[in-house]
Amino acid sequence: MSGKETKGGMKQLSPIDIYTLLPKTNCKECGEDNCMAFATKVVNREVMVDQCPPLLTKKFEKNYLKLKDMLKPAVKEVTVGADDSAIKVGGKLVMYRHEFTYFNPTAIAIDVTDEMSSDELSERVKKTQEFSYIYIGNDLKLQMIAVRSTSGDANKFKATVKKVAELTKLPLILCSTDSSVMEAGLMAIPKARPLIYAATKDNWKEMAELALMYNCPLAVSAPNDLDLLRSMVKTMKEYGIEDLVLDPGTFTSAGLGDTINNFTMLRRAACEMGDEMVGYPLIGTPITAWTEPAKSPTVNAWAEAQVASMLVTRFADILIMHGTEGWALLPLTVLRQNIYTDPRKPVAVKAGLRTIGTPDENSPVLMTSNFALTYYTVEQDIESTGKPAYLIVVDSEGTAIDSGVAGRKLTAETVADAIKESKVEEKVKHRKLIIPGKAARISGEIEELSNWEVLVGPQDSSGIAKFLQDKWK
Amino acid sequence: MPERAEKDSEIKLPPELLDLFTGLNDLELEDVDIEVDELEFAYQPGFLPAIKRMVAAKARPTSLLDAPFELPIQKYPGQIVEVTLGATKGQGGTRGRSITIGGEKSPAFYTFENPTPNSPIISLDVFDQKVPIPKAVRTNFNDAIEDPVSWAKFAVDKFGAQMITLHLVSIDPLNPKPSTPAEAAKTVEDVLQAVDVPLVVGGCGDPEKDLAVFEKVTAAAEGERLLISTVTLDMDIEKSAKLIKKHGHVALAFSPMDLNQARELNRRLLEYLPKEQIIMDTTTAALGYGLDYAYTIMERARLAGLMGDPELQQPMSSGTTNAWAAREAWKKMDPEWGARELRGPLWEAVTGLTLLLAGVDLFMMLHPAAVRTLRNTVKRLTEKRGTADAAKFAEWVSAKF
Repeated sequence: MSGKETKGGMKQLSPIDIYTLLPKTNCKECGEDNCMAFATKVVNREVMVDQCPPLLTKKFEKNYLKLKDMLKPAVKEVTVGADDSAIKVGGKLVMYRHEFTYFNPTAIAIDVTDEMSSDELSERVKKTQEFSYIYIGNDLKLQMIAVRSTSGDANKFKATVKKVAELTKLPLILCSTDSSVMEAGLMAIPKARPLIYAATKDNWKEMAELALMYNCPLAVSAPNDLDLLRSMVKTMKEYGIEDLVLDPGTFTSAGLGDTINNFTMLRRAACEMGDEMVGYPLIGTPITAWTEPAKSPTVNAWAEAQVASMLVTRFADILIMHGTEGWALLPLTVLRQNIYTDPRKPVAVKAGLRTIGTPDENSPVLMTSNFALTYYTVEQDIESTGKPAYLIVVDSEGTAIDSGVAGRKLTAETVADAIKESKVEEKVKHRKLIIPGKAARISGEIEELSNWEVLVGPQDSSGIAKFLQDKWK
Repeated sequence: MPERAEKDSEIKLPPELLDLFTGLNDLELEDVDIEVDELEFAYQPGFLPAIKRMVAAKARPTSLLDAPFELPIQKYPGQIVEVTLGATKGQGGTRGRSITIGGEKSPAFYTFENPTPNSPIISLDVFDQKVPIPKAVRTNFNDAIEDPVSWAKFAVDKFGAQMITLHLVSIDPLNPKPSTPAEAAKTVEDVLQAVDVPLVVGGCGDPEKDLAVFEKVTAAAEGERLLISTVTLDMDIEKSAKLIKKHGHVALAFSPMDLNQARELNRRLLEYLPKEQIIMDTTTAALGYGLDYAYTIMERARLAGLMGDPELQQPMSSGTTNAWAAREAWKKMDPEWGARELRGPLWEAVTGLTLLLAGVDLFMMLHPAAVRTLRNTVKRLTEKRGTADAAKFAEWVSAKF
């Protein structure tokens, strides 16, 4: 169980390493055909070893604990909140996303303060809670509320925390460096397991006591001082606190370079150097952008989003933000979705013929690529026209139209083949194919190879409705 | 259930339990005299949390323990090539200054290992004919975008462009009246006259027409060290490379998000061109529309180059303007998503920032606000370490804004 064993070992785990410690009875109780198949899934993090019932018996207890240790992520997974609404942060196995999958997408918290009016408070909580954007079948959401004590008044903080907890089930981050204020906040929600922000070099003892007393995860803050940060982690561990979150400080103007360095160093030390002492989730506070003097709040919101997006890429597991503008949060949440996509799974849909509505022999035939995002967008846009149609999904190896054409993955040959294989010729009387505007370059060749007439459609599929109206008689 | 077990298992069971039982005699376990093995045996889920608290009860430090952080420094056998764009009079051209990119010895902005040798550069897009440009961008340039010369001048004078990318889209054979190679070369000369920053010259994507145009352009701009954008695997690579070498320019090697193709293209170019005359572009996809692939391919290319792969050691370029292919960047959306005048440029900025962290050295961009954001970020990321004002940091917790 030493640090040395896990050093760099996470990536090199093979199914054999796991198999050796399994009961090897091929009992199939886990649902797999045999222990080796189960071991392979364990290595790929598709199942947990706990899903092997015999392993949980006393006989295999040592093996079980050994396996748990071998599979322990380089960055500890920490739970914030209680019950159903709790979220997990951290749990990272690797530094670079191509090495494996990043688990537990960066949780985004929006702040409220104990000096906001009741209306403002409710509105911000509501807005955070209801934030939603559907993007390739995923609902992009915000995860947490950060309650800040700006008054410094314990009673005010307590009342605000209580009110917020009544308004939302989202997990909370309680923010104050004053331990008596923090205690008042915790008393309002003694069982909710909020994240305590933060233990500093001045208040760590009191905050540690509170974390133990209320069984809460604790953020350890040491702005731009990794020696202090690591020392505090050691102290907190010794204190008996296991669920820590590390805050190396987020500086959005002077010190941004230091900030990116600190996040990078911490994650590398944890994932590649086997330094367990810094193997904890990282919290970023782009909200500090709002402390900079600016001509307009738009400038602060922009700077905040700018730094937040860099920290999504550079290893933050939690972000505290102030801005609630859609123009800032949309690119940020989409970026988070991108970075946390499983790089092992191609974002492609099955090629072939799709029907939209109940098309007949005169219905239009359109063509698109099998890149998931392109496909879903086009499908949705055709659906919204209310007109039945056929859609040929060409295997472009999961590339979008423009890059598929540029990279010769979407060619006249693949399109002609797709028309043939789709058997759409048996379904419609006409021979007219509508292709995306971005594939205009290959329209002539498609006509030659397929003997279909090609109509070059709009540059963006949002123009399909108008296109069909004007051009499809 | 699985979760609890996972937490419990992280306790270093035997030694800590041993510590725990020495001298602990006021709890339910008071009279236990157990061997380690028995204890392990006795472990039941649900039992450990209680022990955990007892561990805590035992040794609470009264002062901070010392545990300094060791810088996680790594060594890399490879280094990214330095490439200079634009030539001054002394260097055989007419540019006011030349710009060098690349030369990295560490991943992007790992300045705890090595300083960033050359700051990444942003080049502003100029098109030689009317193209559909998002409204949010157009309003910044007014009438200047009517012709490439005034557009280039505006970008340099008003927005301080360090470089200009002149896209010769008018040469596209798909145009009703495509311009000829000679006409295109004239446009390049006009822009070179109008501004003195280094220039990227881009074709239309048709491999044959581009080569015909590059033949005229490279000769007309002899010695200017233009970046010729782009050379692809389906072009006559030998001919392209020889032209670029003969007239003293730099090749932009473009591959479609595929490291093997990027390697192959670099390998073939390196047969004819010195490595100091090649930059690579592994394709930029927009935020939300494949940026994850673009990012990871670039990050992998950079790491491979640093680890010693000689075919991936060229500086990287990104057509960040592709960010505008995302409909969320330009479309009018429901009011909750804010004005596209802000959403659009931020979309481009976030696309650029993400690739900046993957290691891109040269950005071709469109919106002035996105350009400014990238430029400021580069400045911040390359300034000397230790500029953070740590004492002020915690102010945000109680600040009113």
